[in-house]
Amino acid sequence: MTQLALVIDLNVCVGCHACVTSCKEWNTSGDAGPLVDQNPYDADPTGTFFNRVQSFEVGEYPNTETVHFPKSCLHCEEPPCVPVCPTGASYKRESDGIVLVDYDKCIGCKYCSWACPYGVREVDAESKVMTKCTLCVDRIYNEELPEWDRKPACVRACPTNARLYGDIHDPESVVSKAIREAGGYQLMPEWGSKPANHYLPRRKTQLTIREDEVERADNPLKIDSQLPKPGQEEPSLDDVTSW
Amino acid sequence: MHPAFSVIFLTTLIGAGQGLFLALFGAEALGLLGVLPAPSSEFLALGSVLALVFLVLGLVASFFHLGRPERAWRTATKWRTSWLSREVIVLPAFMGLVFLYGAAHWFGVNPALGTLPGEYPILATMLLGSLGALLAVVLYVTTAMIYACIKFLQEWHSPLTVVNYTVLGAASGFTLAAAYSAWAGVPLVTFTATIAVVLTLLGLATRVASLVRNSRIKAKSTVQTAIGVKHPRIQQKSQGFMGGSFNTREFFHHMSAAFLRAMKWIFLLGAFVIPALLLAIVLVTRIDPVGVLIAAFVIQYLGLVAERWFFFAQANHPQNIYYQSVG
Repeated sequence: MTQLALVIDLNVCVGCHACVTSCKEWNTSGDAGPLVDQNPYDADPTGTFFNRVQSFEVGEYPNTETVHFPKSCLHCEEPPCVPVCPTGASYKRESDGIVLVDYDKCIGCKYCSWACPYGVREVDAESKVMTKCTLCVDRIYNEELPEWDRKPACVRACPTNARLYGDIHDPESVVSKAIREAGGYQLMPEWGSKPANHYLPRRKTQLTIREDEVERADNPLKIDSQLPKPGQEEPSLDDVTSW
Repeated sequence: MHPAFSVIFLTTLIGAGQGLFLALFGAEALGLLGVLPAPSSEFLALGSVLALVFLVLGLVASFFHLGRPERAWRTATKWRTSWLSREVIVLPAFMGLVFLYGAAHWFGVNPALGTLPGEYPILATMLLGSLGALLAVVLYVTTAMIYACIKFLQEWHSPLTVVNYTVLGAASGFTLAAAYSAWAGVPLVTFTATIAVVLTLLGLATRVASLVRNSRIKAKSTVQTAIGVKHPRIQQKSQGFMGGSFNTREFFHHMSAAFLRAMKWIFLLGAFVIPALLLAIVLVTRIDPVGVLIAAFVIQYLGLVAERWFFFAQANHPQNIYYQSVG
């Protein structure tokens, strides 16, 4: 069985919100109608978004790290939002595991949004139905797009390649390898919803430079040592002028 | 959660309607057995109309919760998995039975459909009434399970939610039945008011039990599990937008902690203490009961509106972890 999903590398995400705007742009221009904004240039602007980037500070000043955290529907393998829907408008596709809302069946009762612990479903203020990330179902199977472009809009937009896309049930896919080899994890595992989207943790990236990497250890003709070196105590402007 | 008045009125109005029907049917059944003075058909028919008024008002209120009410008929389709769908099926079925029960009494159509051992006739109204009483209880359960089945709303995910919806709804219904019997001059005031007092005090006990339980809840989700970073000190610096969104509106009550505490005391007094005292006054003194009992019902109903508001406001949705700081 296929389970399409995103894997988001928190070690790479720089919090630029390109995925947010790209998602909004693609999904507000589609067949399903716009994702409505209200008072966009006024006080209290609000609107429907499928994807957000949040920022968290980890640690205590001054030893802190900033984690930029993109958040969209996780396309759970056991989606708690689906069985509660009284009309069947909310459903999970057998073929590829995408959780979708049938906008023509939804009555806008908001019950599914209560039943999602991640808060990734939003009622659109104008269409009055529940909306959510579709994993760009209208891009990934869109034969009018070149094959390399058939990926979710957020994935295509990410300038740092922090968003990977693929089938997490295929052990050889780029996402499965990333989950396996880079410590991929799920959000709020305590509820048993088994999110398909995974996150890759922040990692320590350290560059250790040993002395023999700066000055050749094997220095056969003693060329390196013939170069003039400033004395330890001598003042210098910078590396260039000290030569 | 953000308390929606549509749902508050739905649950409190149908709860009272169901309780009133249980009281009417109970009075008729005990009247047939000779335990109580048998109520007249006219009393039972008018009482059914009163119960229907509450049920219809509740149903109307529920439509204000929907974004697309014209598609409401679709809600009956997923009863295999959704408690909301089950409620949507049981509510009209119950209303239909209350209507038939009332109509049978109003038109005096009450044939015996058979006899039980001991020469007890099976009257048509008893059959309709038993089915109606069964559905009234089922409706309490389906309504409460809509909330109790969501496991990450830990304040709701408890058998006490089902108990409270049932007992509190039945209590208000019996208080309403006491007021109605007093108004109609039917000698059922002692029966209905006694049960109303018992249910109100039982409701006080079970609701306080759930308050105690909820005050001790340890949230399973934390910011650590929400973003998957294990450090003990994590602070949100930006939720990703400066304006509001569905996430900031739907899942929080936007009131102060002091307001919440005040609401708790208001509903404890309004839904339980004052109505129980008023009912007790009627039971032990020879005071004219009509005004007192109507006041008891109105106060208890408003108290239950406050109780339902608090029920929603107290539930802390784990998605709120993602919206702690605007930026």
